Amino acid sequence: MSVKQTFKTSLIGVKTNKSRSALTILGIVIGITSIILMMSIGQGAENLILDEVAGFGAEIIVVRPGQEPTGPTDIAETLFSDSLKERDIEMLKRKENVPDLIDVTSAVIVTGSVSFEGETYRPTLFGGSVRFFAEILNLEPGEGRFYTEDEIRTWANVAVIGTKVREELFGNDEAIGKLIKIKDKKFRVVGVFAKKGQTAFYNFDELVIVPQTTAQVYLTGTNHYHEVLIKVSDPSVVKRAVHDIEATLRESHGITDPKKDDFFVVTQEGVVQQISTIIGALTIFLSSIVAIALVVAGVGVMNIMLVSVTERTREIGLRKAVGATNKDILMQFLFEAVILTGTGGIIGIVLGGALSFIFSIALTQYAELSWPFSFPILAAVLGFFVSMLVGLIFGLYPARKAAKKSPIEALRYE
Amino acid sequence: MALIEARNIEKTYSDGTRALAGVSFDIKAGEFVAIMGPSGSGKSTLLHILGFLDRPTKGNYRFDDKTINDRSEDELAHVRNKKMGFVFQMFNLLTRTSALENVKLPLIYSDVKESLWEKSAKEAIDSVGLSHRIDFEPNKLSGGERQRVAIARALVNRPQVIFADEPTGNLDSKSGEVIMGILHKLHREGHTILMITHETYTAEHANRIINIYDGAIINDHKVTSQHKAHKHPIK
Repeated sequence: MSVKQTFKTSLIGVKTNKSRSALTILGIVIGITSIILMMSIGQGAENLILDEVAGFGAEIIVVRPGQEPTGPTDIAETLFSDSLKERDIEMLKRKENVPDLIDVTSAVIVTGSVSFEGETYRPTLFGGSVRFFAEILNLEPGEGRFYTEDEIRTWANVAVIGTKVREELFGNDEAIGKLIKIKDKKFRVVGVFAKKGQTAFYNFDELVIVPQTTAQVYLTGTNHYHEVLIKVSDPSVVKRAVHDIEATLRESHGITDPKKDDFFVVTQEGVVQQISTIIGALTIFLSSIVAIALVVAGVGVMNIMLVSVTERTREIGLRKAVGATNKDILMQFLFEAVILTGTGGIIGIVLGGALSFIFSIALTQYAELSWPFSFPILAAVLGFFVSMLVGLIFGLYPARKAAKKSPIEALRYE
Repeated sequence: MALIEARNIEKTYSDGTRALAGVSFDIKAGEFVAIMGPSGSGKSTLLHILGFLDRPTKGNYRFDDKTINDRSEDELAHVRNKKMGFVFQMFNLLTRTSALENVKLPLIYSDVKESLWEKSAKEAIDSVGLSHRIDFEPNKLSGGERQRVAIARALVNRPQVIFADEPTGNLDSKSGEVIMGILHKLHREGHTILMITHETYTAEHANRIINIYDGAIINDHKVTSQHKAHKHPIK
């Protein structure tokens, strides 16, 4: 019998028992829907995070004090290590040390709360240059202004606050020009950031920033930095510049063994790699769960196919009597299983695509995230073949059972 | 040379039941033979062996000058498809499938070109007088009509022999007469027919009756046309 005819015969077999067929493939539908949804959301999350990271710019190199953190608890070291000081910045600025450097800036992280007339709020508090926030984090004031280079030089007590902070401290009142207290020191509000919302790393609306010089002198009482940002002329020279920076800082700190570095360098490429690794691991983990679900669904298909083979014993006997070979019967039932699971796969792909589209709209509308919908074409193709493979694997045993039936036994069957 | 040559056919089932105890006979092309016997006599087993649906335990069976022992399962299926037609007591039509599609069934397993299927199936349905029921599904047909569809299905590949297993066993006498009339017509047109029955008046439509009892032939005789006409006039 031709493949086309086998397919037709199997299709009729599937159609004859519509409601049972629908229930049989439910497991496959759910499994494939999960795959598509997972892949689509994973891709969306990766895009979102990578967009954030890309916001830092590919030509930016970050230097942090302490050893490179290998776990969440190590982050404390960045806060307490005092290895990066103004002297290091001066060293880095020298053309003969890092020839590719075109700009360098630094920031201080301050822990503390802000208050205004009895209202207190615990913001994310940063001391840094205007460049750090404007050019690197892409923030700009919606009202008022940034502080000036002059104010940085003169350790001026000025602050720019996020919209959430403004709301908490002032309600609907005017904030510009008011004096707020940070760690019992008075600061004048000169600007309020435009609303930006939650991103992958920070809620920028909860930010309070002051000049880094002011932060070091009045708030932390230290002269070291928590973050040094270096801008190089082109992303292609990042590798070379990282090498120069490490050499410069080692010389400045008198370190000969790279394993004893008291600073570490982060590049966008490195962060992207890390994130991709994490998301990749997560995807593999979730995929294995879905794989188990698909195996369970496959066993369900096998179960129903076995029932179907028993029910249709007479039909099998008749087909054999009129000339069907064992292979014809085997192929008929195998095709039925593959048509079932393949259909389940297609429904799952459509359903998964639709759900992830709704998901992306919901996230964009209600969580104010820039979450572009992306249909995972690779996952769809993969899902389709996997669903057919499930049919092939779990349909084989029932189909073999059907093919092995003796025609007279089958015709006698009541 | 005979179309069917059975020599000392024995069949013992795995549970020890001896269904056939050495049966020998020849059937020539163009004969209409009835195999008669009470239930349990081994007549169904004999038909299954003759129809290549089962293999004998012992003995030699030649169909169309080839023995069953020489052939693989697939070859047997091919011979059943091309050279044999089957009519069963329970009709065995596919449910929710039109009469036309049911008749086409043997064609899809044959090497006949698909473009010719429709024509062959329609001709077969026409020859049993059911052209007006071509798109009906079996549950919309009467018992007699269902058996006529089954006969059309048996005819569609122009087989050398038609095996009929109690073709009227599930029908009222009037429908049974119509079925026997059709088998007669096919015989007159040159078909070889081998029919199993336990009813004497049905058997006497044939021109030869083989009586079988406890797995052995006890009688094998020709039926005269006068005798037949006397008992059951054909419309």
